[in-house]
Amino acid sequence: MEYFLQQLINGVTLGSVYGLIAIGYTMVYGIIGMINFAHGDIFMVGAFVALISFILFALTGISLPIVLILVLLIAMVFTACYGWTVEKLAYKPLRKSFRLAPLISALGMSIVLQNYVQAAQGARIKTLQPVIQGGFNFFKESEFVVTLSYLQIFIVLVTIVLMAIFTLLITRTALGRAQRACEQDRTMTALMGINVDRTISMTFIIGSSLASVAGVMFVMYYGVIDFYIGFLAGIKAFTAAVLGGIGSIPGAMLGGLLIGLIETFWSGYISIEYKDIAAFTTLVIVLIFFPTGFLGKPDIEKV
Amino acid sequence: MGKDLIQKSLKDSLFTGIIALALFGPIVGLRTVAKNEVLVVEPKWFVVLLIVAFCALGRFFINIYTYKKEQRRGEPSSLGKAISNFLDEKGAQIAIAAIAFSIIFPFMPFADRYWMDIAIMMMTYIMLGWGLNIVIGLAGLLDLGYVAFYAVGAYSYALFAIHFGWSFWICLPIAGVFAGLFGILLGFPVLRLRGDYLAIVTLAFGEMIRILLLNWYELTKGPDGLTGIPRPSFFGLPFKRYPDEGVETFHTFFGLEYDPMQRIIFLYYLILVLALITNAFTIKIRRLPVGRAWEALREDEIACKSLGVNPRNTKLTAFAIGAMFGGFAGSFFATRQAFISPESFTFIESAIIVAIVVLGGMGSQTGVVLSTIFLIGLIEVFRDFESYRMVAFGGAMVLIMIFRPRGILAKRKPTITMGKHG
Repeated sequence: MEYFLQQLINGVTLGSVYGLIAIGYTMVYGIIGMINFAHGDIFMVGAFVALISFILFALTGISLPIVLILVLLIAMVFTACYGWTVEKLAYKPLRKSFRLAPLISALGMSIVLQNYVQAAQGARIKTLQPVIQGGFNFFKESEFVVTLSYLQIFIVLVTIVLMAIFTLLITRTALGRAQRACEQDRTMTALMGINVDRTISMTFIIGSSLASVAGVMFVMYYGVIDFYIGFLAGIKAFTAAVLGGIGSIPGAMLGGLLIGLIETFWSGYISIEYKDIAAFTTLVIVLIFFPTGFLGKPDIEKV
Repeated sequence: MGKDLIQKSLKDSLFTGIIALALFGPIVGLRTVAKNEVLVVEPKWFVVLLIVAFCALGRFFINIYTYKKEQRRGEPSSLGKAISNFLDEKGAQIAIAAIAFSIIFPFMPFADRYWMDIAIMMMTYIMLGWGLNIVIGLAGLLDLGYVAFYAVGAYSYALFAIHFGWSFWICLPIAGVFAGLFGILLGFPVLRLRGDYLAIVTLAFGEMIRILLLNWYELTKGPDGLTGIPRPSFFGLPFKRYPDEGVETFHTFFGLEYDPMQRIIFLYYLILVLALITNAFTIKIRRLPVGRAWEALREDEIACKSLGVNPRNTKLTAFAIGAMFGGFAGSFFATRQAFISPESFTFIESAIIVAIVVLGGMGSQTGVVLSTIFLIGLIEVFRDFESYRMVAFGGAMVLIMIFRPRGILAKRKPTITMGKHG
């Protein structure tokens, strides 16, 4: 029971990270119908920006809450620049091209980002000293002490706050309205006087900043990153997006949570070596049996 | 007019500079280095300054240039079009010349060990590209996990050759059959999916195979890999300087001096023959009903269904045949290296093969050759700049997609036409 509870806590924390990345996939898929293969690497760039800023702020001696807010903001701004540039350089010229062209271009971009970070920052793994320490311990008298660390609380809280802001943005603002309109019919939206290009750019900016927050959390939670983390995290987050129903934003969050839980329980109870297989198997099973996911709309093929 | 343009361009390039600063400032300018096990930041502002200046100036000149070009309104020069027209006219002669060149290549004066190794590597990629071309180019299924079949071929060849001591010529078909079976096994559940979903699922399968190879220690020796895979022999004559007692070797049989190059040259011809078989097979099968069904399916699945083509079975054959050729290439890889480990079968290999097929122009056999020479050559040229070469590779993928989204040889020759007056 205690062990189960601990896995649950860890799973929810991990799920928050995946969910934040998954939103980027699902939004981009919703609006331009492509799988942004480089999104996982955008997340990796976010983690690196966070790592660098944590190291720099450690020298200044600013108090912890301010550092956290500053790091989050810095990571969001700089990573958003990456998302924006990738869209402008690699996807925008291909918007009217044939179906597989953007996917190949995204694949190339992902290779570029990974190797560029490797060239600039070195191939070795980077370790960050723990930023937030301590936590609550439960069931102290039993054999297995369940720990809920402050860091985990922080991660889940930030995710909830961001999700709330993001949901308001999508449902209540002009930008959100424009975005939803673009998802339905881009030509028609353009005729209504909405700048479609700018809306798509904003989608990439928002998606990348959410991924960068996930990167900040990842580097704080695991304390170890390298240039390759984006690949696996990207696939898992994509699985999350598909599981929740691609194109659906609450679905992405739900899917992220589920993937986080599946992965933690799999490595807790079955096998830690094969923990990545868990996510892949889930992906395959979901795509074969429920290709629309939990909250997705059915995809009707028209002649 | 001119002043306005310059002012606009200056503004634009200033903006580009700011974005470049934001992009490269933290990642390039602040390199994290471990000192006494603690990470410290090492500033590299000069490099950032160079990059930013380059981006801003580049943007400025591009602006001026494109403006002038817009005024001239010249028709777009298309190199690829010229190449493909040329290849259309002289296709057969060029193909014969290319094959003839590849046959005499090992006897060229400059063909030393280094060149031969590159040639063998390119041939392997050309074969893989031709194999994958059946799946992507003909059947239109984007397979991002092709390396899985390459791995299955290599491992089944290695395991049979090590444990049973069977020769290359027996293990080769077995490896191909194994890879083909895997293709059916993996293809069966996923081939219903649409293009990009299929891509991701095949990617996941590729990674699963790699994780399995990495963790199934009893069979695959995990990350240590399999060593001591038997070298190929020339129809029973081994390439050894000091053979076992009473065994005739290649050089004694033909009365030659022993030279390690003999084995390399043999390997080169082996992969050349395998690749040409793949090519001949593809050209032939395109004209058979199943090949026509693949191409029809690629163009319009719903129309095919209504005409009684079973999409799943047709796709499965493409998947299995493509996988089989991947398996053949895998066994060649195993016997050439004499050592295989999961390291050789990472996702990046799949990406390279997909890039070769797509950049060559999907479905074009000549395109595969051209793009292999271009991409593998690119990787080789940048060999001294270890980490930059993959940046160049990825960048080339993006650029070719932008400027020639249909690949280098975009024109596809139909296998069947209505006749001249039809």
